[in-house]
Amino acid sequence: MRSPAPALGVVLPPLVLVLSLLGAWEAFCRLLSVPVYLLPAPSAIGVAVGEHLPLLLQSALTTLWAAFEALVWALVGGALLALLGGFSPMFRRAFGPLAAVIQVTPVVALGPLFVIWAGLDHPSRALTALGALVAFFPIYSGLAAGLASADPDLERLFDLYDASRWKRLTHLYIPSAVPHLLQGVKVGGGLAIVGVVVAEFVAGSGDSQGLAWRILESEHQLHIAEMFAALAVLGALGAGLNALLNLCERFLLKTWRGR
Amino acid sequence: MVEVAALRGVEVAYGGRKALGPFDLALPAGEIIALVGPSGCGKSTALRLLAGLEQPGRGEVDRTPDRGETAVVFQAPTLMPWASAAANVALPLTLAGASKQEAHARAGEALARVGLGAAASLKPAQLSGGMAMRVSLARALVMRPKLLLLDEPFAALDEITRRRLADDLLSLWTETQPAIVFVTHNVEEAVYMAARVVVMSPGPGRSAGETRVDAPTPRPAQFRTSAVFRDAAERVSADLERAMAQNTPP
Repeated sequence: MRSPAPALGVVLPPLVLVLSLLGAWEAFCRLLSVPVYLLPAPSAIGVAVGEHLPLLLQSALTTLWAAFEALVWALVGGALLALLGGFSPMFRRAFGPLAAVIQVTPVVALGPLFVIWAGLDHPSRALTALGALVAFFPIYSGLAAGLASADPDLERLFDLYDASRWKRLTHLYIPSAVPHLLQGVKVGGGLAIVGVVVAEFVAGSGDSQGLAWRILESEHQLHIAEMFAALAVLGALGAGLNALLNLCERFLLKTWRGR
Repeated sequence: MVEVAALRGVEVAYGGRKALGPFDLALPAGEIIALVGPSGCGKSTALRLLAGLEQPGRGEVDRTPDRGETAVVFQAPTLMPWASAAANVALPLTLAGASKQEAHARAGEALARVGLGAAASLKPAQLSGGMAMRVSLARALVMRPKLLLLDEPFAALDEITRRRLADDLLSLWTETQPAIVFVTHNVEEAVYMAARVVVMSPGPGRSAGETRVDAPTPRPAQFRTSAVFRDAAERVSADLERAMAQNTPP
C-alpha cells in the first residue's frame, strides 16, 4: 500500500493554486465592483451553476453522448484504415498525406460544411461527424505507429518460423500496437469533445441542446454568470473524461503486460 | 560426420563496407561451437547467415534443417510482453499451425525442462532476467531443433545466473543433441560451453584461430579449475590478442 503522504502531495498543490486563483478573482470583482455582465465573481457563477444544475447536467450529458458516439466512429474508422495500412504498405503510403491534411485542417473551418451536409434538421449528425473527424487522427496515427513498433528481433523470430502475413498481423503487429492505440484513444476522446462543441457552435440552433448551446444562449441573453456556469461544467466534463480515459488506459495496460 | 550447416567462403557487406569474410565454418551434427571475438567482428552476421535470416553477398550457405528445425536465442529474451510465458514458448508451434491444446501441452513440458513449470501463466514483466532468458531457451527448444543459434544469450545476466544457465543449457543439450553455435565475447564462457572455439578478428570478420576443448559435455564439477580448461582459455586468449592487434589503430 502506498502511504497517504505522496497522494496528498499530488492533490494539494493544484488545489491550493485553484483556490487562491478563485480567491483573487473573487476579491478583484468585489473590491473593484466589476459589473456582472463583464466578469461575474466565482460565487455568482457557483450560484448560477446551482440554479441551472438540472439543465446543465442534461446538456452535459448530450455533449458527452455525442462525443462518445464520435469516439466510437473514430475508433472504428481509424482502426480499419490503420489495419489496412498494416496489411498493405502501399495503402499506408497512399493514405499518409490525406491523413495529414485531415489532421492540420482546423475543425472550425469544416464546421459549416458538416452542418450543411447533415441538414439543418439533424445537427446532431454534424456533431458526431465533426467529433469523429478530429478524434480520427490520433487513433489512426497511434495505431499505425504501433503496428510498425514491433521488436525487430521478434520480427526475425517470425521470419525464422516462416510466419504468414496474417499470423504476423494477429500475433505480432496488433498486440504490439495496443499501448499506442490506447494512447491514441485517450487523446482522441479529448478531441472528440472539442469537435462536438465546435460543431454545435456552428450549427447554433435546431434540436441540439449541448453545453455549447447553453453558452450561446446565455451570450444572447447577456447572462454572463450562466455562460461561465456552462463553461465550468464543460471544463469539468473534459477533465472528467480525460481522467476516466487515463484510468482505462492504465488498467488495460496493466492487463496487457501483467503488471 | 553429418553436417547440419556450413558457411563456405561467405562475404557480407553493409553499405559498401565489408563486415564479414571470406569466412568458413562447418557445423557437424551435435557439436557445440563458440564464436568469440570483439564487437564488430561479424559474429552476429555469421549467426544470421546460419539461421537463413540473411543472404551472403558472396559464397555459399548450406543448410539442412527444415523449417522449424533452426532456433535462435537473442541477447535479450525477446519475449512478447503481452503473452504469458507458456504462450511465448508455444509461439513456434502456433506459427507452425499446431492445435492450441498440443501447443499448450508441449510449451508446458518445455517450461518444466528449464525449471519454470510453475511460471507458465506469468508475463515477461513479472519474470526476473534469468527467468526470462530461460523462457527464451524453452521457446528455442520446444520444436526440438537440429540447429540452435545463441547470440550472446547470457550477456545481460549476473555471473551466478549465467553460470547456472550455462550448466542447464549443456544438460538440456544431452537430450536431443542439437548442433549449437554460441556467440560470446567472454573467453571463459566460450571454453566452458564449446567443444570447439573459433576466434574471429574484426573488420572484416575472419577466422583467427581455432581451439578444441577435450572434455566431456556436460562439464564435470570444478571444470573451471582444471588444466584442460585453463590451457584452452590461454590459447583462445592468445588468438584473440593477436586478432585484436592486427586492427589496432597506430
